[in-house]
Amino acid sequence: MSGQIQSITNPRLKLEILSDQDVRKIHEATLEVIENVGIKFPSHRALQIWADAGADVDFERMVVKARRELIESALRRCPPAYSLAARDPQQDLPLDGNHVYLGTDGCGVEVIDITSGQRRTSRLQDVRDIARIGDAVEQIAFHWVPVSAQDAPVGTRGLHELKAIWENSTKHAQTESIYNAHEAQVAIEMAEMIAGDREALRKRPVLSLMQCTASPLGHDGGSLDAALLAAEAGVPTGFMTMAACLTTGPATLAGNLVVGNAEVVAGTALLQLAFPGAPVFYAAAQTASDLRSGAYTGGGPEDFLFGGATNALSDFYNIPLSMGSFATGAKEPNWQAGIENSLSTLMASASMADMLLGAGFLHGSRIWSFAEMMMDCEIFSIVQKVMQGIVVDEETLAMDAIAAVGPSGNFLAQKHTRQHMHDLFVPEFMDRRPYTEWEAKKDDARDWALAKARRILAEHRPEPLDSRLNKEMDAMISAAEVPA
Amino acid sequence: MTEDILQKMAQSIIDGDSDAAVALAKASISASMDPLEAISKGFVAGVNKVGDAFGRGEAFLPELVMAGEAMKLAVATLDPELKKRGAQRQILGKVVIGTVEGDIHEIGKSLVATMLAASGFEVYDLGVDTPGDKLIGKALEVNANILAMSALLTTTMVRQREVIEELEKEGLRGRIKVMVGGAPITRDWVTTIRADGHSEDAFGAVAMAKKLVGIS
Repeated sequence: MSGQIQSITNPRLKLEILSDQDVRKIHEATLEVIENVGIKFPSHRALQIWADAGADVDFERMVVKARRELIESALRRCPPAYSLAARDPQQDLPLDGNHVYLGTDGCGVEVIDITSGQRRTSRLQDVRDIARIGDAVEQIAFHWVPVSAQDAPVGTRGLHELKAIWENSTKHAQTESIYNAHEAQVAIEMAEMIAGDREALRKRPVLSLMQCTASPLGHDGGSLDAALLAAEAGVPTGFMTMAACLTTGPATLAGNLVVGNAEVVAGTALLQLAFPGAPVFYAAAQTASDLRSGAYTGGGPEDFLFGGATNALSDFYNIPLSMGSFATGAKEPNWQAGIENSLSTLMASASMADMLLGAGFLHGSRIWSFAEMMMDCEIFSIVQKVMQGIVVDEETLAMDAIAAVGPSGNFLAQKHTRQHMHDLFVPEFMDRRPYTEWEAKKDDARDWALAKARRILAEHRPEPLDSRLNKEMDAMISAAEVPA
Repeated sequence: MTEDILQKMAQSIIDGDSDAAVALAKASISASMDPLEAISKGFVAGVNKVGDAFGRGEAFLPELVMAGEAMKLAVATLDPELKKRGAQRQILGKVVIGTVEGDIHEIGKSLVATMLAASGFEVYDLGVDTPGDKLIGKALEVNANILAMSALLTTTMVRQREVIEELEKEGLRGRIKVMVGGAPITRDWVTTIRADGHSEDAFGAVAMAKKLVGIS
């Protein structure tokens, strides 16, 4: 079943949320923030790199202020395009600005159990199961660690999760749950084993690392150290801002973009100062906090706008984008989930974000739902279809068929119809049945989506990891376990 | 005159105007006004109004936080005068709060701290990346009723359990109630680690804290 990966490519739709002038204004504001307000880098290694590069470093407050020339020249070293490699080379993903790929979201803490339907704490087996389903479905192009393996030891949890993905899928693994140097080092060594060796990994990075910033205007020390190790090894690395209007960012959308951009740009510049030409990506999942509770919302018009706007920024810096879409705040797969996930994905796709994160969650990336995962895949397929737009040429104008049918009659038996009927979208989960049929069963998309996930889990056998490799990885993870 | 200034005090809180609140607090000291009266009949009246409006869905979180900040500064301004008079403001309880060791995520914890302070708790905010012994030490030092811990990562939320176990070992569970919060905290986790209270947002945290100190 695995092999093919569905992506959005050669789009016929365009979206311009920010004009070139708007982008320029945000960029200028960003440079001003980095130069005058500063960004917190709570890592000695990072601070030293900044100091060596001539930035103004306050080691006590761990705040860096850098001139615009330093930032701009560092950013020019980012490679504009590269590929995320997969265990199966057929599934490599070129991040070239002309592809939009969907990944599984992460990192949740609860799962709607696929058998019982009960909500419970997430565990390692869930990571395996979700990776296996992701391996099978063509809409999923790569993996994040979907849920936290809370039954795995804290000190090596990220490694257990990563291995669980590689064991169950031949697709690219991007981890967002490794955020310290200790685990990052072992993760990179594991990736080297899969790629062949250190040089092979540089050419075919089967692993990429995503690190969250600490909004506003800060980073996490462990994340910085992990990112630097990855950049050194040529493992693609991105900083994700989740600056949220009202709480960790200004109430205004433009201001929030500046805060988030300053975090990502400064982090990216750091990696380029240390390792010029290291593959990097921009990552963002900005939102607006709820006005009543201050909570993360995981949807709403602001998210849709951020989803469309951020690629204008990453395009300006000429680096790939990993964009938060889907991840509805809804408590179950429902009206809200449909709206939020469709619109966020349409907006991020229309601006050609390279990676979309991601399928499968409820309650703002906290609760995994296998049914939601499958339905999110269908949303992606619908958006992909929409992005193909309308082709107008001699063949599609269908003049011969129109003349052959003439007034009255129908097009069902036309050769032209036969040739083009597969251009039309066939939904898996939309209910287009006669009313009486629905009335008799009263089932819907959620039931069919869950049934599909169960079927894949029962039937799909992913290409296993080499058994020697598997054992060596186990040994490496055990050795990495820090005694409590 | 007194009525007028009390009303202005309440209004400064409703407006979230810290400068005005501090100025009014100073003015009340100059006018030899009873600082306890200034707090309870002036500033607290404002806090209650904002709280009521929030409850009715007419006010939003930033208004609540700004009111809380203004309240905190007004009380701090009056504090020396209270001490001079040997008077003590009535508090609902003492709370020691912090984000657990290894975790630098601050916003939710700070929000809860502000809301608790605005609601009449005496709050000791130890910030982020706070080791358990520091939290417990402070709780003992100030004789806290509640120890509140925040965590955003599944790898750091285990610290919440460690602190609870330590309190158990020291026989302090009866004396110090434990509240936990943070995005990954679920009801299952709260039950597993036997925390006394949990809330998914700051407003709920105030209600929970009140419940834990026996005020409903």
